[in-house]
Amino acid sequence: MKKFINKVDDILLESLSGFAAAHHDLVRLQLNPNYLVRANKAANKVALISGGGSGHEPLHGGFVGYGMLDAACPGHVFTSPTPDQMLAAAEAAEGGRGVLFIVKNYAGDVMNFEMAAEMLPFEHATVITSDDVAVVNSTWTTGRRGVAGTVIVEKVVGSLAESGADLAACKALGDKVNSRTGSMGVALTSCTVPAAGRPTFDIGDDELEMGVGIHGEPGRRREKMREADLIVADLVAAILEDLKPASNAEILLMINGFAGTPLMELYLLYNTAAALLKKQGLNITRSLVGNYTTSLEMAGASVTVCLLDDEIRQHWDAPVHTAAMRWGR
Amino acid sequence: MLVTTCLAKYTVRVKTEFILSAASAVHHAILAHESEIESLDRAIGDGDHYINMKRGCATVLSMRDELATFAPDAALQRIGMKLLSTIGGASGPLLASFFIAMAKTAGEKGAETLPQIAAAFAAGVEAIRMRGKADIGEKTMLDVLIPVARTFVELTAQGVEPDCLLAAIRQQAEQGMLATRDIIATKGRAASLGERAIGHIDPGAKSCQIMITAVCDLIAA
Repeated sequence: MKKFINKVDDILLESLSGFAAAHHDLVRLQLNPNYLVRANKAANKVALISGGGSGHEPLHGGFVGYGMLDAACPGHVFTSPTPDQMLAAAEAAEGGRGVLFIVKNYAGDVMNFEMAAEMLPFEHATVITSDDVAVVNSTWTTGRRGVAGTVIVEKVVGSLAESGADLAACKALGDKVNSRTGSMGVALTSCTVPAAGRPTFDIGDDELEMGVGIHGEPGRRREKMREADLIVADLVAAILEDLKPASNAEILLMINGFAGTPLMELYLLYNTAAALLKKQGLNITRSLVGNYTTSLEMAGASVTVCLLDDEIRQHWDAPVHTAAMRWGR
Repeated sequence: MLVTTCLAKYTVRVKTEFILSAASAVHHAILAHESEIESLDRAIGDGDHYINMKRGCATVLSMRDELATFAPDAALQRIGMKLLSTIGGASGPLLASFFIAMAKTAGEKGAETLPQIAAAFAAGVEAIRMRGKADIGEKTMLDVLIPVARTFVELTAQGVEPDCLLAAIRQQAEQGMLATRDIIATKGRAASLGERAIGHIDPGAKSCQIMITAVCDLIAA
């Protein structure tokens, strides 16, 4: 393992500190318990709080700021954060309109957020994201996993919350976006959790893991490496089979990198995916390409399709200003 | 956990001092079974169960001085909250739910008599069941905890002698642990393995059986 490390136990703290220093205009880092919160607290809006294991950056800290999250709780690498973090983040971010938790569907995350919600002294609701169409039950979930589509949920609901909508409306839109979003990923290499020091899984030079999760957990099957067009075709087919869009549906197409694949290849994937979707009669009006939900240094990518409607498109287009996503402002 | 239970038999009261002795006994038992727990977890888990259990035990032991000043229900509550903020992942909320529910029942209904202590233990197990949305037969720690809680409640209601009670609890724990070998997992870490999980004992069931046995040993001694 070759990584930039001083002391393995200090990686998270040093990384969070660097993030907060680099984006001091946007976020403030609190420690013990750890959370990132907007540098300027927003008033009179539902507070959107997310969190999860670290190693998926920029998820979720990179999405704290105007038009998206109010706070994010980073856990240890690939380990859920704990309720004390969520409670402290809620105390700091809550602005009189209640708290909405946005949680990826992994057993640890769901249970920790659930316990925090039970102790929360504010009106609250939770949106659980489950966009991964690859597997119904995986190593860490009961039901489908929440993966890159979570970014779309956070962006769209973030805009609605910024407009002053109430908690019930934010929760309803989050659930709606989740239900209209499907993702599937493929890994070409493993990732290495720093504290473990060795790759999470073994994969041959001529192999790929189809349907991989964002922690390197197994997907649908191990397959032989093949040309990109054929890999993308499988990902797109699985997503369409799940979403069953109307033939002229308007969609957002996202190609998410797991961090070890260059942008050049992500755009190559976009090119193929877009062509396939157009051939199916789908109308791609919005897109997002980049490393948004990563798995440490894993090589690979996921395809996400979100079925747009006027409401979702309007909130997707609304201004946002965070470390990892910024437009219109 | 069971700790509280067994203690009660002899003193017919849960004392904080006993909770601390039991924590220490559990810690030693977990350390003594490191390679066994690790090999089970490598087979059908993700290899972190032993580390999490060890961290949880060490955390409780590090609170000894503080806990010693608390009443038993307050000590159990404090243990639950501390585990909740230190273990993380899925096991943190499950273990924390156990202690918090046990503290609540002990606080509301007392933990003076054996049936009361059994009720508190059973409330803790029920909290794990609710939190994990799992039940018996899913290849998890509940395959040990549910039968043990049931036996504990039934036998204390019948006024069974402590020696018989301990023997029955040990037997239930062992039986429940072994039963996880022949079933597929529908909850927990092994749930994605399907048939591949058959033939392996669930590491969470094993560590629960180890802890329960350790507390029984402590009481018997």
